[in-house]
Amino acid sequence: MIARIFRDPQLTWLFGGVLALLVVATVIGALLRRAAKTDSARAVIDNLNSRTRAWWKMCAIFALSLLIGRIGTLVLFYLLSFLALREYLTLVPTRHGDHRTLFWSFFIITPLQYYLIGISWYGFFAILIPVFAFLFVPTRIALAGDPQHFLERAAKISFGLMICSYCLSYAPALLLLRIPGFEGHDARLLLYLVIVDQMSDVFQYIWGKLLGRHKIAPVVSPNKTWEGFVGGIASATLLGTGIWWATPFTRLQSAGLSLAITLLGFFGGLVMSAIKRDAGVKDYGAVIEGHGGILDRIDSLCFAAPVFFHLVRYYFVP
Amino acid sequence: MTLAVHPLAGVIASFARLISGVQVRWVGCAPEPRQRIYFANHTSHLDFVVLWSALPAGLRAVTRPVAAKDYWEKGARAYIALRVFHAVLIERGAAGRAEGLAPAHGAGPAVIDQLAEALGSAYSLILFPEGTRGTGEEVAPFRSGLYHLARRRPDVQLVPAYLENLNRILPKGEFLPVPLVSSLTFGAPIQFSDEESKAAFLARAREAVRALRPGAAA
Repeated sequence: MIARIFRDPQLTWLFGGVLALLVVATVIGALLRRAAKTDSARAVIDNLNSRTRAWWKMCAIFALSLLIGRIGTLVLFYLLSFLALREYLTLVPTRHGDHRTLFWSFFIITPLQYYLIGISWYGFFAILIPVFAFLFVPTRIALAGDPQHFLERAAKISFGLMICSYCLSYAPALLLLRIPGFEGHDARLLLYLVIVDQMSDVFQYIWGKLLGRHKIAPVVSPNKTWEGFVGGIASATLLGTGIWWATPFTRLQSAGLSLAITLLGFFGGLVMSAIKRDAGVKDYGAVIEGHGGILDRIDSLCFAAPVFFHLVRYYFVP
Repeated sequence: MTLAVHPLAGVIASFARLISGVQVRWVGCAPEPRQRIYFANHTSHLDFVVLWSALPAGLRAVTRPVAAKDYWEKGARAYIALRVFHAVLIERGAAGRAEGLAPAHGAGPAVIDQLAEALGSAYSLILFPEGTRGTGEEVAPFRSGLYHLARRRPDVQLVPAYLENLNRILPKGEFLPVPLVSSLTFGAPIQFSDEESKAAFLARAREAVRALRPGAAA
C-alpha cells in the first residue's frame, strides 16, 4: 500500500510539497515566536502555531487514509461528516420529537451515503440525501407528533445533512470518476482539491492579517476582508495552476478549476459564519472546546467539493 | 476502603463519554479525594454514568450512585446497578412509582439512614434531587432527601453539578442515543447551615445547580 504512493511520483511530489510547506511553516512559526515582543503579537503567533500543529495532525491522518486506499478515505470522510454534523446539530436547537430523525441522520443516512460511494453507485449516491432524506426527515418528524416549529426543525436537519454529509461526501466521490488517461490516479484529484481549498483558507488568513482593511461582511464574518479575499483567491489559484502536472487538466483548465474551488470555499466560510452568528457563537470549536471546530476547517470544502466534482465530471468524464 | 471497579464500568463509562462528547469543567472546586455528595440536574439515564466517568479513577472507586430500587433491582439492570456501579438502591413510595419518580429523596428516615450508612467514612454519592428525569428545559424543585442527608452528615461536602444537553442525547423514553456534544460543570460546594429552613436550603441548592447552566447570568 505504501508502494502505491511511491509508484505514483506525482503523488509523492504533492505529499512532499505539503510536507515541505509544513516544515517551513513550523520553522517560521518558531522564529516569529522568538521575535515577538508584545503579548498581543505572541497571542497571534501562538494561534498561528497551533493552527500549524493541527495541520501536521490533519495531514498525517489524511496521508494515512489515502495509503489505506478507498476504504480508508471513505472512513475518514464519514468521520468528518459525523463530527461536522455533531457540531452543527449541537449548535442548532432541536426538540425531543426530532430524536429518532437525528439518530437516522448520524447512523443510517450518512453511513449509507459513504457506502454508496464505496460500491460506486453514482446514481443513488447523487439523490440519496436531496431526494430520499429530504422527504424522509419531515415525514419522520411529523410521525413523532410534535408540530411545534415543524418547518424550522425539518429545514435545520435537512440543511445539516446536505452540508455535512451530502456536500462533503463529494470529496471522496472524486475517486469514482473515470477520466481517460488518468485511471488509477484518482487520489491525486482528491489531494488537489483539498490542497487548493485549504491553502486558499490559509492564504486568505495570511493576506487578511497582513493587509486586511476593508471588511466584506462585517456583521457576518468580521475577519473576512477584501484584501484577504483577493490575495487569498489569487495565491491559491496560482498554487492550483502551479500543480497542474498532478492533474488531468491543462494549466489553463487548472487555473479555472482552482478559481472555482477557492471562490466556492470562500462562500462556504461565509455561509457557515452566518449560521454561527445566528446561533450567537464565534466558532464551532468555541462551543465545544476540545472537540475543536471541525466544521470551521471544512466549511469551505463542503461548498467546493460538489461543484468541483460536477465540473470535472461534466468536462472530463466522457 | 475502595470498591473494586468492575471492568464493565470502565467500558460503559468510555462509551458514555464517547457518545456524549462531554466537556468537563471544574469551576467551583477541584476533583479532590474527600467525601462528597455530587448533586445534579437529571434528564437522562446517561447522567450518572457521565458524571461518574468525569471523575479521576481514584475517585470513581469511592463514588456510588443513588438509584430507585423498584426500577433497578431486577435482572440486567440489577447487575449493572449493584455489581458494576455499586449503586445504593433506595425505596420510593407507591405514589413516586406511579409518577415514574426516581429515588424519592423525600422518603422516610429509613432511606436517610441507608444513605448515611452508604456514605460511611470513605464514600461519596451521586444524587439527583429532582427525583425524576426532566425534559431539560428547567430544573425541577428539589426533594428533601438532600436536606436531611446534609443535616445528618454536615462533614460531607455538597458539590452542585450541571449536565447540559444530555436530554437531547438520550431523552426519557428513548433507548438509542444521538451523539451530540454535552457539558458537565462542577460548581462551588454549598454549606449546610442549621439556621436555614428546609425549603430555603433546597431552593438554594437548586439555584446552585441552575447557576451552572451555560449562558446563565453569572
